[in-house]
Amino acid sequence: MKRRPPSLADQSASRIQKIERRLFLRRGLSLGALALLSGCELTDDEGVQKVLWAMSRWNDRAQAWLFNPDKLAPEYPESAITQPFPFNAYYAEDEVRVVDGTGYKLELAGLIRDRKPWTLPELYTLPQSSQITRHICVEGWSAIGKWSGVRFRTFLERIGADLSAKYVGFKCADDYYSSIDMATALHPQTLLSFRFADEVLPPKYGFPMKLRIPTKLGFKNPKQITAMFVTNTYPGGYWEDQGYNWFSGS
Amino acid sequence: MNTVRAGAVPVVEWVRVHPLAVRITHWINAIAIFMMVASGWKIYNAAPLFEFTFPKDLTLGGWLGGALQWHFAAMWLLAANGLAYLVYGIASGHLWRRFLPVSPAAVLRDVLDALRGKLAHDDLSVYNAAQRAAYLTLMLCGIVLVFSGLAIWKPVQLQELTALLGGYEGARVVHFLAMSLLVFVVLVHLLMVALVPRTLPTMVTGRARRPS
Repeated sequence: MKRRPPSLADQSASRIQKIERRLFLRRGLSLGALALLSGCELTDDEGVQKVLWAMSRWNDRAQAWLFNPDKLAPEYPESAITQPFPFNAYYAEDEVRVVDGTGYKLELAGLIRDRKPWTLPELYTLPQSSQITRHICVEGWSAIGKWSGVRFRTFLERIGADLSAKYVGFKCADDYYSSIDMATALHPQTLLSFRFADEVLPPKYGFPMKLRIPTKLGFKNPKQITAMFVTNTYPGGYWEDQGYNWFSGS
Repeated sequence: MNTVRAGAVPVVEWVRVHPLAVRITHWINAIAIFMMVASGWKIYNAAPLFEFTFPKDLTLGGWLGGALQWHFAAMWLLAANGLAYLVYGIASGHLWRRFLPVSPAAVLRDVLDALRGKLAHDDLSVYNAAQRAAYLTLMLCGIVLVFSGLAIWKPVQLQELTALLGGYEGARVVHFLAMSLLVFVVLVHLLMVALVPRTLPTMVTGRARRPS
């Protein structure tokens, strides 16, 4: 019997089988690889990164929409204050920088009419108020503390800041930096605070001043502020540039 | 010409078990739950509520910031998909047809049968009482997780909800307990699929062989 060359149909059938087997193998392998991938490597993938960052920007918009400028954070009685109040920063407590208050001046820049720097005695003459609110850390823990200072809105109005601008940015003595949306800056509980637990802020809690924002996570409350600016250009932040959500509203 | 020999190929009768909407939402949910739980464990590890942390290899995100990005991205997928499922389930009557009635006595009987390895799975198009209870528990866990998650995420804007769940710290505990129950039921679910493997292709194709 004469050997018949394999027909085209036979060839393609076997080829399809091979391709199918290969695909199956590859799929199995990639599934296995996916299972083996630690979350870190999956997260480092460029495409995944793009999606995650885009979703974080989407969440900024969603939170800005959800933010009610009149909704107040709950306030607590003195008895609810957390003792001792936890220290937190991107460095250890023994690395806290101590700012010299005597020569200190708060620098102002950007969309502000009167950019004259402010000394501490000048800042202390502004109308002061207190709040006992819950500080919520991005890590999940929370602690209740008491802060006193001037309503940030009052200060922004006093210096003639452009209240229709988008952002207020901060630079700190410990090289930390952050920025917030104008709606939050104008919130009645956003406080440029000089005192903690009725004492001048100790260095570890942010001497000479901390912007206390009970409607945002802790890392959005900059300490040891040395300069602030009003801008329409997104300023980012120390943690925000690494991946923490920028708005981080509570 | 060859004639087709009748009877050479056994005639298989198929029944439709899972509607397309259920299959799609099931698999999207599986992916979303995986992302939420694995990233949630990494977030938990940053400030553990209890005296233990989750093994790093079981978590997603690499570091806290990455885990938060996953969690707050996947939450939209989970919520949108869950909502789609509930709207479909209510509008089509799927929820009532497949999950009701579910009596505690029947659930207990089926769970005991399952533990003795006697639970019948002849007709995949009908959920037994143990399945009904398990899947309803998952739905309830999902709802509690979404609301306690919102309470943790927005303790100022949604403070009434947060207060209802025991305040910020209370809502964290509720969120954790709902996750624990959900993971437990999912593990039982996966074990049952391993024991009755023909249910797996059924959740893909939607069809099962008619019981003879």
